[in-house]
Amino acid sequence: MRVALMVTCLNDAMFPDAGKAVVTLLRRLGVDVEFPAAQTCCGQPMVNTGYLDEAVPVVRSFVRAFEGYDAVVTPSGSCAGSARHQHSIVARRSGDPGLATAVAEISPRVHELSEFLVDVLGVEDVGASFPHAVTYHPTCHSLRMLGVGDRPERLLRAVRGLRLLDLPRAEECCGFGGTFALKNADTSVAMGADKARHVRESGAEVLVAGDSSCLMHIGGLLTRQRAGVRVMHLAEVLASTEGATRAGAAR
Amino acid sequence: MSRTFVGMPPFPTAARAALADTQLRANLAHATTTIRAKRAAVVAELDDWEALRLRAAAIKDDVLLHLDEHLVRLEESLTARGAVVHWARTAEEASEVVAQVARAHGVDEVVKVKSMATQEVELNEHLAAQGISAWETDLAELIVQLGDDLPSHILVPAIHRNRAEIRAIFEREMARVGRPAPADLTDDPVRLAEAARLHLREKFLRAKVGVSGANFAVADSGTLVVVESEGNGRMCLTLPEVLVSVVGIEKVVPTWTELDVFLTLLPRSSTGERMNPYTSTWSGVTPGDGPQEVHVVLLDNGRTRALADEVGRQALRCIRCSACLNVCPVYERTGGHAYGSVYPGPIGAILNPLLKGVGHDEQTDSLPYASSLCGACFEACPVRIDIPSVLVDLRAQVVDAHRSGVPKPEALAMRAAAAAFGSGGRLAAAEQASGLAGRALDALSSLTRRGRRAGGRRLVGRLPGPGAAWTDARDLPVPPRESFRAWWKRTDGGTR
Ligand code: SF4
Repeated sequence: MRVALMVTCLNDAMFPDAGKAVVTLLRRLGVDVEFPAAQTCCGQPMVNTGYLDEAVPVVRSFVRAFEGYDAVVTPSGSCAGSARHQHSIVARRSGDPGLATAVAEISPRVHELSEFLVDVLGVEDVGASFPHAVTYHPTCHSLRMLGVGDRPERLLRAVRGLRLLDLPRAEECCGFGGTFALKNADTSVAMGADKARHVRESGAEVLVAGDSSCLMHIGGLLTRQRAGVRVMHLAEVLASTEGATRAGAAR
Repeated sequence: MSRTFVGMPPFPTAARAALADTQLRANLAHATTTIRAKRAAVVAELDDWEALRLRAAAIKDDVLLHLDEHLVRLEESLTARGAVVHWARTAEEASEVVAQVARAHGVDEVVKVKSMATQEVELNEHLAAQGISAWETDLAELIVQLGDDLPSHILVPAIHRNRAEIRAIFEREMARVGRPAPADLTDDPVRLAEAARLHLREKFLRAKVGVSGANFAVADSGTLVVVESEGNGRMCLTLPEVLVSVVGIEKVVPTWTELDVFLTLLPRSSTGERMNPYTSTWSGVTPGDGPQEVHVVLLDNGRTRALADEVGRQALRCIRCSACLNVCPVYERTGGHAYGSVYPGPIGAILNPLLKGVGHDEQTDSLPYASSLCGACFEACPVRIDIPSVLVDLRAQVVDAHRSGVPKPEALAMRAAAAAFGSGGRLAAAEQASGLAGRALDALSSLTRRGRRAGGRRLVGRLPGPGAAWTDARDLPVPPRESFRAWWKRTDGGTR
């Protein structure tokens, strides 16, 4: 099985550690993941702001980068959702049947990290160790667009030493929403402030989610409030072997 | 006499004002949280909820596909049962029909059942201009009307008001337009409802003309259906001699069999009840019983425009249950007024642009962006309107409508991003530049005393210019020294 990592433009430029964590994690599970250097962005920032023409070259480069792989894995529910549900819209806009065919072929092979681990690899215990109190925020696109269900929580529960605490009103949007965070900054911050409050109420030291974008937003509020709660990508927790003993760090 | 939404600012501006109103936010958070829980409980009781949703969506889609046939059938059935059918292309035409009926009977007042369609066409204002008072008889609508306020919710127009505010409005305003509030009125909801009942009773008994909308119109039997909770609707529909109903053309259902599905979905989605207290149905005129002159105004007012929109036409499936408002995290914080329309919340964010068309006014064009695309509305909608997808499509329509003009900074940024994202090589170059910028920011923030870190990364404090929209309330980590792409290349995928 040829597996490609779609790191996402945000992780590439701002949060490379999330990408590195996916590489570490997948190698530990025996997957020789490749990084097609032609990849750029899934086009979601353009599509969700209404710039469909501008998204066409981006989706073209996506298709060029990931053609021929059996599976594309990405540490982002939102970008997986964009590839699976929005690339066809962009292809239709381009009027290029070749692009539409390529999109139809690749889209279903794009998996968000927790989907790839649970559904494709069939693992829940990924051999991680992370001795901290953690709470998990299910990002909207992973929850409602992809329907990842409780896969991330199942993965987290299998992590050694990890204490998973309930997040009040977990399924409510954090208010990031892409360009919404800038176009409607006041509303976005009002939503994020409530999310940050719920994170503090959970009593966790670390907030985990599957999208760096949402974490950047909630984390930006938490540090501004000096809340003392760290944010980490799900991949980083699942890659962690912190505090693993020789006996406990079983594969 | 009553305010309108004309001249409202675009959503972000209106939302900012609403967000600053802490009383409003508390009222809304309380109300939406309560109704959400009620809805969730009664929806969970039905194990075929998803099948019902699919069925309802399919029925509506089929009706919309053959709308012309169903409407002609409805007109035939209604006429055969003694009703007079009027077709209204615009809001003005619809309002004028009602005004004509009122004038023909020489009345200077009508009583109204709560109705979105009559709100949409601004009937009350149209009648007021001709010296005819339209009395709202739904409790929440009465509160809005007496308070010279605007509705902020489809189902609970006064959701932004709490008990104390309502009591003050009653005490101040009731005497001006009829029976005054009792002298010993309190904040107790029972006492408030009693005051409204006493105030409205004299209007019900006096009025010659009643005005309503309809939740559904059964083509087959020529039956209009009104679903309500308070019984005021029943009064308006049965006591006056003349009844005029303004009905959107998308309200038609073929037969009572299809109606059944919607009468199951609507109350559970809307008030969180298994069944609503009052369901009134009437088919034209029944000799000797109820109104002896019945008019039905079939209203377009942009609906055929929405119908022509391939992605957006699903919005015409809407049964105005307001479940999407109640679960919306944006609505919960901004309230309904920020949407500048009688249709607020997620459905308003798509319906207003669909009915009016985009590219004409900034306020309408701002609505498709009034969402984080979280999808909670789609999940709750009993007729499965994929609101996020319609929002995204409408955003493209807004952008396309402005493509010929001078490009906005946002459009230029998107073009630049499209160029960078069109090739991995070009992106690597752009990232190197951001890495450099990151190093500069890093150096700068280390010089300032307040340089803070999170997870080993330095944080950007407040940025000037467009960056301020982010950094006014949120920190931002400085870009890392090395992108993932550069790391992969340098270390050969972490193996060197
Ligand atoms: S869009 Fe759906 S959820 Fe919203 S009011 Fe209409 S029917 Fe109800």
